[in-house]
Amino acid sequence: MKKQKEKICTIIALIILFILVYFAQNRLDAYKIRILNLGAIYVTLGVSLNLIYGFTGQFSLGHAGFMAIGAYVTALLVLPPYYKEVSFILEPLIWPFTVIHAPFIIALFLSGLFAALVGFLIGLPVLRLKGDYLGIATLGFAEIIRVIANNLPHITNGALGIKGIPEFTNLWWTIGVAVVTIYIIKGLINSSYGRALMAIRENEIAAEVIGINLTNNKVMSFTISAFFAGVAGGLFACLLTTIDPKAFMFVMTFNILAVVVLGGLGSITGTVIAAFLYNIFLEYLRPIEAGFNLGPVHFPPIPGLRMVSFSILLLVLILYKQRGLLGGIEFTWGGFFRFCNKLFSNKKSTEGSAS
Amino acid sequence: MTINLLLQNIANGLSLGSLYALIAIGYTMVYGILRLINFAHGEIFMLAPYFLYFGILIFHLPWWASTIVAIGLTAFTGMLSERIAYKPLRDAPRISALISAIGVSFFLQNLAVVVFSGIPKSVHRPIFFTKIYQFGEIRIQSTLFASIGVSIIFLSLLLYIIYQTKTGLAMRAISRDIETSRLMGVGVNRAISITFAIGSALAAVGGILWSLRFPQIFPTMGMIPGLKAFIAAVVGGIGSIPGAMLGGLILGMSEILFVTFLPALSGYRDAFVFFILIIILLVKPDGILGIKVQEKV
Amino acid sequence: MEILNIDNITMQFGGLTAVKNFELRLQSGELVGLIGPNGAGKTTIFNMITGIYTPTINRIYFKEMDITGMKPDKIAKLGIARTFQNVRLMENLTVIDNVMIGFHLRLRSNLASAIFKFPGYIQEEENIYQKSIELLEKVDLERCKMENAGSLPYGQQRKLEIVRALATEPKLLLLDEPAAGMNPQETKELMCFIQKIIDDFDLTILLIEHDMKVVMGICERIVVLNYGLTIAEGNPKEIQHNPEVIKAYLGVEAQYA
Repeated sequence: MKKQKEKICTIIALIILFILVYFAQNRLDAYKIRILNLGAIYVTLGVSLNLIYGFTGQFSLGHAGFMAIGAYVTALLVLPPYYKEVSFILEPLIWPFTVIHAPFIIALFLSGLFAALVGFLIGLPVLRLKGDYLGIATLGFAEIIRVIANNLPHITNGALGIKGIPEFTNLWWTIGVAVVTIYIIKGLINSSYGRALMAIRENEIAAEVIGINLTNNKVMSFTISAFFAGVAGGLFACLLTTIDPKAFMFVMTFNILAVVVLGGLGSITGTVIAAFLYNIFLEYLRPIEAGFNLGPVHFPPIPGLRMVSFSILLLVLILYKQRGLLGGIEFTWGGFFRFCNKLFSNKKSTEGSAS
Repeated sequence: MTINLLLQNIANGLSLGSLYALIAIGYTMVYGILRLINFAHGEIFMLAPYFLYFGILIFHLPWWASTIVAIGLTAFTGMLSERIAYKPLRDAPRISALISAIGVSFFLQNLAVVVFSGIPKSVHRPIFFTKIYQFGEIRIQSTLFASIGVSIIFLSLLLYIIYQTKTGLAMRAISRDIETSRLMGVGVNRAISITFAIGSALAAVGGILWSLRFPQIFPTMGMIPGLKAFIAAVVGGIGSIPGAMLGGLILGMSEILFVTFLPALSGYRDAFVFFILIIILLVKPDGILGIKVQEKV
Repeated sequence: MEILNIDNITMQFGGLTAVKNFELRLQSGELVGLIGPNGAGKTTIFNMITGIYTPTINRIYFKEMDITGMKPDKIAKLGIARTFQNVRLMENLTVIDNVMIGFHLRLRSNLASAIFKFPGYIQEEENIYQKSIELLEKVDLERCKMENAGSLPYGQQRKLEIVRALATEPKLLLLDEPAAGMNPQETKELMCFIQKIIDDFDLTILLIEHDMKVVMGICERIVVLNYGLTIAEGNPKEIQHNPEVIKAYLGVEAQYA
């Protein structure tokens, strides 16, 4: 009975979201839509990183690498062949990339698959490592992927990057992918397999002794995580329309990590909230460095001031919210109704005392 | 490949490696004590040549005086960053401190853009650092000797502090067990501050030597050397000071030799460094001189 | 039926020999105690049986199958479960999750049906939940099923760990100091519980314990270890009067005195 009720609530929430996206896509200006798009892509990235780090406990700093793979795969698949001919200046694109062409949805899916394949191949050897060592090894792989992208001009156009990628990404895609990601990863977490992953996070030796294969489960989690990072990379490419290896420096991974930690490790709800806030703040601090007037005082444009204020914000937040915004708490319908009830009864009691 | 060219490159590798070693020590010392990857260390490294540059340009200090001031200021910045951004998080989950370190890194890098501007600056190099010595067919710039010589001096000084002084003993005690050290009356906060000061001072020395070798300074100049120095620390066995030195030399040397022997692949230079890291981690997960910690079942 | 055959194994760590020429045969349904002073090598033997360590010399057979060098998870699937001297629970997971996790190794549904909640999976999950509740009821932990395992008192954590081990549906159960940290009342209950599960679950139990009341009270056979060597074996009465055993337990201290 209870499950049924929650299902209905979820469906209603999804319909509301659907309507909101419809209005946002048609009414908001391009700039705001872009921020929301970035926020939704960060949700996908953050939730997938949360799976491997927050739930499985494996410190991975390789997300930018998987994103890069996804971005390049999508870019190469959706660019029209005639356009590829003119845009690869350094060296001509090699076959078969010159001729292959796929619709956006297939490109995204293949991006995910390819990133997952690389994730699987990387994960198999490195997931034996633990803690910070695993983090630094995955960071190493991400950098290697980036350097390779820089050095394969006949596939990636080298340091110049790929320009003129069709702007397929819109809110339907980004929010849609984010919803699917959350659905699948939540489904995984709330299953016996998810329990196995959390058991590994909690105590590897105990998990092993009750029959949980460490390698298989870690690699599975890592591969799924890489899949969604790859899809997000594809969305990213078709949002920016231009990609180059510099876009996937380890700063990118840090951003995603910051979103996950600020939201609260092991909380998908926290990641979702943090992903949007992160991008909104990042964008809305832009005017600070563009120069502004405060009364009669004129502040000249100062490049860099935006990121200075942003990093201060980041520091203040982590210093005061050491376990993240939600501290690992998850949204549930039960909790939501309890909260509403409390709010409602409080209101009632204050009304009562007032009269 | 002539033997002369090889010698020349070995000298190059040694000099680059000693710079990595200087920076790597800051990472390894902080990690040893706080189990924190101090991602802001690369930015600390970047500040030193800027301080030097402005000391000469604005305050008209002589080169040597400006260097001393720059090292001092950098050490102070490092100490300050610990007090503000890491100390309050000592009992928080370790990942929060890491995010804080990333925040400090963003902050310093962009503060440098705001204060010093993003346009690269050319540092003044005293004449005795640009001199070129000729040994037969090998031509070696004097900065090369300087970086090796200065590194040796500072590293010996560091080893003296760590292994022969009371402060050094306190640091070693804390790296074993911070709680017990506190109970035994070790001044934990003071020792941690000194650790950051020493690590940052060594990074400053590294940064200044770096700017003599590559005389362009810019706010993001610390990122790649910082990352490579960190890798050096991990390769050598993070937490171990001799390990950081060894790791620095191995990394500097292999980077130069890779480019020398495989010039066609020189674009993969940075990837090669990571490749070495991954291979070493897979073969010896605690680094070359790291101590294996096994969980007792 | 012979369930476990430890054939003369030796375990060395570098130059240190932790266990030397250890032999043990367990018959199905037996309850055997493994005792000895601290550092005698008892836990090392458990670690070898469960695959955490591989013996340096010779082999271990479980139901006549060579399990030497197998991974711990594979050994668990074959039917060996254990608890730890220093309790190892999933501390940030709930009590019920800690038990349900034990059933994971027998899960038949695949990943996709678990993620997308196919009816077959839901049925299986429901089953696991019911069985977990039943197990928790046996040790009186059902009422705190939604609490975090880490927040339980120590004695209850030990019980929960045994229940988690039972959830893996083992044939052989290794208990490492199950009574440590329990008060006399709890210890008494534990003794009853151990004797009960042997029959209920058709188990064979090997038990490490320092509390002699427990060992002498419930074990049919006792093996005494000292410095990695087996110094005595027999029923409780024989062990109590064995001069070697008395020396091992009291002699060392008598020398210092």
